Amino acid sequence: MLDQLLAALNATERAAVDEEEYNILQAIVEELPAFPAEVSQLLPILQSIQKKHGYLPRLALNMVASHVRTTIAKVYGIATFYNQFRFNPPGRNPIKVCLGTACHVKGGEILLENFERRLEIKEGETSADREYSLERVACIGCCALAPAVVVGEKVEAYVTPSKVEGIITEIEVRKEMAAREQVKNDAANE
Amino acid sequence: MMQPMNSAKEKLRLLADSARERVRELKESPLPVIYVGCATCGRAAGALATIAGFEKALQENGLEAQIRQVGCLGHCYAEPLVIIQNPGFPPLLYQKIGAGEAGILVRSFLKDGSDPCYEYLIGALEADENFPTLMDYPRYLYENRVVMEHCGLIDPEEIDSYLAVGGYAALAQGLEKGGAWVLEEVKAANLRGRGGAGFPAGKKWEIAREVEKTPKLLICNGDEGDPGAYMDRTLLESNPHQVLEGLALAALAVGAERGLLYIRAEYPLAVTIMERAIVAAEEKNLLGADILGSGFSLEVSVFQGSGAFVCGEETALIQSLAGNRGMPQPRPPYPAVEGLNGLPTVINNVKTLSTVPSIIRRGWQWFRAIGTEDSPGTAIFSVVGEVEYPGLVEVPMGVTLEHLVLDVCGGIKDGKEFKAVQIGGPSGGCLPAALADTVIDFDSLKKVGAMMGSGGLVVMNEDTCMVEVARYFTDFTQGESCGKCTFCRIGTRHLRELLHSITLGEGSLDDLADLEELSQAIIKGSLCSLGKTAPNPVLTTLRFFRDEYLAHIEEKRCPAKMCRTLIAFYIDLEACARGCDACVACCPTDAIFTTSNRKKAIDQLKCVKCGECVYVCPPEYDAVRRVSPPEMIPDQGVEPLTEKEESQA
Repeated sequence: MLDQLLAALNATERAAVDEEEYNILQAIVEELPAFPAEVSQLLPILQSIQKKHGYLPRLALNMVASHVRTTIAKVYGIATFYNQFRFNPPGRNPIKVCLGTACHVKGGEILLENFERRLEIKEGETSADREYSLERVACIGCCALAPAVVVGEKVEAYVTPSKVEGIITEIEVRKEMAAREQVKNDAANE
Repeated sequence: MMQPMNSAKEKLRLLADSARERVRELKESPLPVIYVGCATCGRAAGALATIAGFEKALQENGLEAQIRQVGCLGHCYAEPLVIIQNPGFPPLLYQKIGAGEAGILVRSFLKDGSDPCYEYLIGALEADENFPTLMDYPRYLYENRVVMEHCGLIDPEEIDSYLAVGGYAALAQGLEKGGAWVLEEVKAANLRGRGGAGFPAGKKWEIAREVEKTPKLLICNGDEGDPGAYMDRTLLESNPHQVLEGLALAALAVGAERGLLYIRAEYPLAVTIMERAIVAAEEKNLLGADILGSGFSLEVSVFQGSGAFVCGEETALIQSLAGNRGMPQPRPPYPAVEGLNGLPTVINNVKTLSTVPSIIRRGWQWFRAIGTEDSPGTAIFSVVGEVEYPGLVEVPMGVTLEHLVLDVCGGIKDGKEFKAVQIGGPSGGCLPAALADTVIDFDSLKKVGAMMGSGGLVVMNEDTCMVEVARYFTDFTQGESCGKCTFCRIGTRHLRELLHSITLGEGSLDDLADLEELSQAIIKGSLCSLGKTAPNPVLTTLRFFRDEYLAHIEEKRCPAKMCRTLIAFYIDLEACARGCDACVACCPTDAIFTTSNRKKAIDQLKCVKCGECVYVCPPEYDAVRRVSPPEMIPDQGVEPLTEKEESQA
């Protein structure tokens, strides 16, 4: 099924499917039969794919469409209608800046700009090394702690523009520590 | 004849008795019990680190104590909140307990029991002569907690703690007396839908009950999408069984066999807690087949919404359940008659369902005695923004905005001026402080152009620009418009662009008339209430804050000094201190330089107007000024330090 779909693509599109994406697609081929083949299951199916793989690869939409026997247009229409779905892989450290009312009033947009400047990516993008991705979210319901930013699973409260630097530094330091630990473990294993 | 032992009430009594026994064991535990508020907001404030802090300190001091995770008390300003039940003391509530404070509490209070750490204490949960009690505080005194009564005090993952406080007793009573009785009680109570529109819940149920088609479906709408509102999340996370009991009672009244909790995917903790609660209730035969031997069955499951604001609207919600784009449909037919798959479907808000158990337990007369004649009961608001004590507040309907903001929530922060409240989220409106005597209920708010909405209430001081707020909400509704109706789809876009140009100082007086005309057209030309209410923020700000619009247009000035194109920052050389580099270090664009007299100045071409220098400038200097329009910067004759001087410095 996957090879058929790939064959239908033009050369540039085919080249865009790298090994990582190919493996994800392969996994989705195996996961799909577990879901009831009903149109009403579209949202749960898409949610489950995204939960597992972090995003919805383009060809996954084709596969879901043929699984529930509907058009690709319908699946694409649904996936783009709902804010939850994304179509490019997230960074290892997804950063979501809350722009709910309270956060907006307290300067959420300025935080977003600061992240954009610091990470050199725009909102909705992932950095080239896949380390960070940046998004805006409507409201995470932590209004009394405004302005709030979600880094990975953790909510950072009362964020100020200069705390942006601190958040990124913390991630970098953690990364370095983990790398050092890895080197130590490798040495110990040898 | 039915044996008493078989009756639902009797079965529940046995369940409740054993639950009470277990809870009593915990309450009378010879070991201290530490309850930590671990709802999403508590976790955001660091509750999990607090727990780790307690565990570490207990271990270091060789002490034993039980640590329990509870939900949210609604006192967001004081998170992370901790309740400590130490034998010999009343249960004590502490505020802002991080890992460090946790260590201090363990050492000073739990280890030798001498010092209950008054510096972190809010008060005792029970009356006690040695401690202030919570009722000594205005926040607790003025609140009337009906729906949130147990939130933050019971363990949401432990069904016994809900049973022990009388949980599911209303369901047992309902099962004995039958669905028709439940319906009559709720009708007599005049419970109005808490989702915002205020449609009587009893009437909705009655319509569905009278439809002959089966099976019927009951949906709990937890697709709370209003930016600034989070009470549904709190109720789902802090007292899940109350929601389930309300759902079961509603299903009983309607005659539904299936229940569905529609919860936003952005609330992962709420989803997990509800899923576990359903399993726990099924194990005790409080949900599922033949509930408490009554013959009534209810299958309940969770469906995760995918982040579309419009899905809070009934018909759009049903579309999304059917696997379609969440686009509203014309009514009638109403979902209560013909909903999901053409079957009768009742959709109630989380707060509505959470209110039902207490109405059944205490009777409709009790409920009618709270609040006003036409809007009985309580209202839950998430009061956020510039108030001293933000958080969730449950007050009787009919109190004034002024009372809510100034008395219950402690007034405006930092002694600033109370300027406006934004009530009801993107569908609501902005009311000026002059209208603060407006009574809070469904009908009074509509009269002044706002709306109850889902209960989000953002308090603003003089630093908030009302044009910018209107632009923000229009931007939100524009993004969330499903695209079905032309006026909503394109009209809100034009509204947003007009407002945007005004905030940039590029508006004209004609724009104001255009805004009004377009708003009226959007109201007339939209099918669902997303479009019908989308212009409310624009219309109310135009009505109450027209002078701000005029200042932006005629003087290119933002009175609140918020619209960034119309403001500028400069450093007052009189106030700036030699040798202080706080602002230089924090500036994200290196716009601050040292002047020839070793003070600081801002390069206006590099400045992005983030305001961080205002924030970090030490209060004793307080040298950064914000002006609007930007031309107001005085000429202080600043020159950058020459390279030679810099190397000498």
